[in-house]
Amino acid sequence: MAAIFQGVGAAAPLSSSPSNSFDSNKSVFSPPRSFSVVRSDGIVNLNPKGRSAQRLISNAVATKADSPAASSSSKPGHELLLFEALQEGLEEEMERDPRVCVMGEDVGHYGGSYKVTKGLAKRFGDLRVLDTPIAENSFTGMGIGAAMTGLRPVIEGMNMGFLLLAFNQISNNCGMLHYTSGGQFTIPVVIRGPGGVGRQLGAEHSQRLESYFQSIPGIQMVACSTPYNAKGLMKAAIRSENPVILFEHVLLYNLKERIPDEDYICNLEEAEMVRPGEHVTILTYSRMRYHVMQAAKTLVNKGYDPEVIDIRSLKPFDLHTIGNSVKKTHRVLIVEECMRTGGIGASLTAAITENFNDYLDAPIMCLSSQDVPTPYAGTLEEVTVVQPAQIVTAVEQLCQ
Amino acid sequence: MATAFSAPKLAAQPFNTISPTSQHKPLISPTAASPFLGSTRKLLRLSSSSQLNLRRRSSGSVFAVSDIVKEKKSTSIPSLLITKEEGLELYEDMVLGRAFEDMCAQMYYRGKMFGFVHLYNGQEAISTGFIKLLKQQDSVVSTYRDHVHALSKGVPARAVMSELFGKTTGCCRGQGGSMHMFSSEHNLIGGFAFIGEGIPVATGAAFSSKYRREVLKEADCDHVTLAFFGDGTCNNGQFFECLNMAALWKLPIVFVVENNLWAIGMSHLRATSDPQIYKKGPAFGMPGVHVDGMDVLKVREVAKEAIARARRGEGPTLVECETYRFRGHSLADPDELRDPTEKAHYAARDPITALKKYLIENNLSGEAELKAIDKKIDELLEDAVEFADESPLPPRSQLLENVFADPKGFGIGPDGRYRCEDPKFTEGTAHV
Repeated sequence: MAAIFQGVGAAAPLSSSPSNSFDSNKSVFSPPRSFSVVRSDGIVNLNPKGRSAQRLISNAVATKADSPAASSSSKPGHELLLFEALQEGLEEEMERDPRVCVMGEDVGHYGGSYKVTKGLAKRFGDLRVLDTPIAENSFTGMGIGAAMTGLRPVIEGMNMGFLLLAFNQISNNCGMLHYTSGGQFTIPVVIRGPGGVGRQLGAEHSQRLESYFQSIPGIQMVACSTPYNAKGLMKAAIRSENPVILFEHVLLYNLKERIPDEDYICNLEEAEMVRPGEHVTILTYSRMRYHVMQAAKTLVNKGYDPEVIDIRSLKPFDLHTIGNSVKKTHRVLIVEECMRTGGIGASLTAAITENFNDYLDAPIMCLSSQDVPTPYAGTLEEVTVVQPAQIVTAVEQLCQ
Repeated sequence: MATAFSAPKLAAQPFNTISPTSQHKPLISPTAASPFLGSTRKLLRLSSSSQLNLRRRSSGSVFAVSDIVKEKKSTSIPSLLITKEEGLELYEDMVLGRAFEDMCAQMYYRGKMFGFVHLYNGQEAISTGFIKLLKQQDSVVSTYRDHVHALSKGVPARAVMSELFGKTTGCCRGQGGSMHMFSSEHNLIGGFAFIGEGIPVATGAAFSSKYRREVLKEADCDHVTLAFFGDGTCNNGQFFECLNMAALWKLPIVFVVENNLWAIGMSHLRATSDPQIYKKGPAFGMPGVHVDGMDVLKVREVAKEAIARARRGEGPTLVECETYRFRGHSLADPDELRDPTEKAHYAARDPITALKKYLIENNLSGEAELKAIDKKIDELLEDAVEFADESPLPPRSQLLENVFADPKGFGIGPDGRYRCEDPKFTEGTAHV
């Protein structure tokens, strides 16, 4: 086991890892194969067998606002799947504030195409959980108008890609009206839906809209990746006075995790420390977090000590958490699912270069999806997104 | 020359046979009980391929307002459509709208305001006819041609003029401009630059009203929303999508089409397969009404019914107002395409002249009183311009305000503090 930590080029021994809740980094990775891995079909199975991994991830919230949750051992908590966590968050907020309502296609009687709104219409009625006709631009605009006149709608795009039809409303009205009205009207909407590359869903159902929306002034964008942060971000987004776009991922809805029973939110503007390390900062979000963590296992076996941060807030970037990491490791690898051109990674690269150039020992590496419409064929689809092997290679290259 | 109240040509037919919307089998209309008032005038130059169906009134059918007017006039005690107070209010509002827009043109050419400025001259009857019937809590959603809607809704002329001058005392702090007039106090929800994008917002405001009544149990919430837009917008998807949703959920909204026959240089007839826009209402399950938009009293009668319908919870109405803009599309438009004869025809139907004639002929007011109103408005506008002139321009510090309702949205900077906590943030120079 000691051999693992004679990292090539390691600046410091692993034992000097930061003193937050990760006291047992060593035990996490020894026997390397004991907990569940990201399977080749992309589904992560964090079942109770992977106790250590679970503890790692549920304690992954090292930021101030979330520290009560870090000691989730004080309360038993409850286990659920990611889509149930989203539903729980949504339901709790709807209980808490009668102005919170949902609108979207098939959110009501059908329970949502990914079951996030299951049971809500029965409980809250057809007007509060509104089944809309297939008219994204108009019902998004309707949600915005409702928000301007006192409600707090949660607008669902059945697939994020469908929100391309709502671009007019999201860009012009959602993002801008608070400003052009001189601050007179607020638009506390949450726009959410599943996106990302799925399982052979074809090009149009596999889009990553975060890259298109990121320039819109006046909106915030967050991406959830675990049941814990899914519920926390959902609640925070609903409570926020700003318009927030919450990106979910089609392949992550069945992730299982134990989350606290008590009320909690995740700060919208903060990133999440997944695994502290010393050698390299890996910035990622959404599904790629799991590819990164799988690569991290291999990397640790090879003697590297990567620091993994789930940036969570795609707009604005949490430059504090990111910056502190860069100052420590001096090497940055970004792993994202956006296209190479104009994605979140591109913006993040620019932001880091601008702010932390002096701390970098090597140019920032950014692994993104190919600038290709996602093919239907499984073999091709697999190579359009970043795979763990590529991440391992990139880190090795970066740490030479 | 025909004044606003001369009987339209079609009224020569017997009263009980006029029913243009019943050419098509009307969809189930929930208002079988209340007949709907509206004009039967056809569009100018439209080849009348449509023979009027001579059926007696069916649900959702339409009557000629002027016939109602004639009926009213023929009773032994002459009853007019308006009282003196109402008449003067309407007159003043229309004169304000006209004078304001004329002043805008002047100020634009003097370099006080910039960009795209779209003036409302000629269309005042619609704004006045509809908006003066609203309560403060009712909402109005407009387009880029929104100055006069703002004034009718109660936004002070000073605030609108300052906004046009880009001053910090403008109704949107100078951040919106001509095409983005907003007022939370007066429930004016825009001002939108792209056509059609305000209609869903209006639908949302109407949805809020229904939600308040039915979910939040505010039993007396009967706020109505008016959505104003033009003929060009009626070929846009958002229009149709919202007609559907509003009718589906019986939202308290009135869709008001200001059909001035031209979308910049595109004639309505060249852009639309069926130019009779009001017919598109019944296709979605709501009444469709056509009214002479150069006649404020006719517009007002139709508006009363449409707004009352919405307030009662019976759902939306589509009202097509035939009108005309005396000026070009915007101050940048040379307006060379429109036929001078057409312009002259509508100039003779100036809504302000028509109302003035009506007031005088019916002894509701006299020249002197009306001239006094004209003068009052002139003074008001001079004051508005002076106020706007003297108001300060927005300082740099205003730049980053109002981007987010919660400025934490700018995120956390490298030093761990929120960007909005940076002292330079309030100076407008913070790095965000």
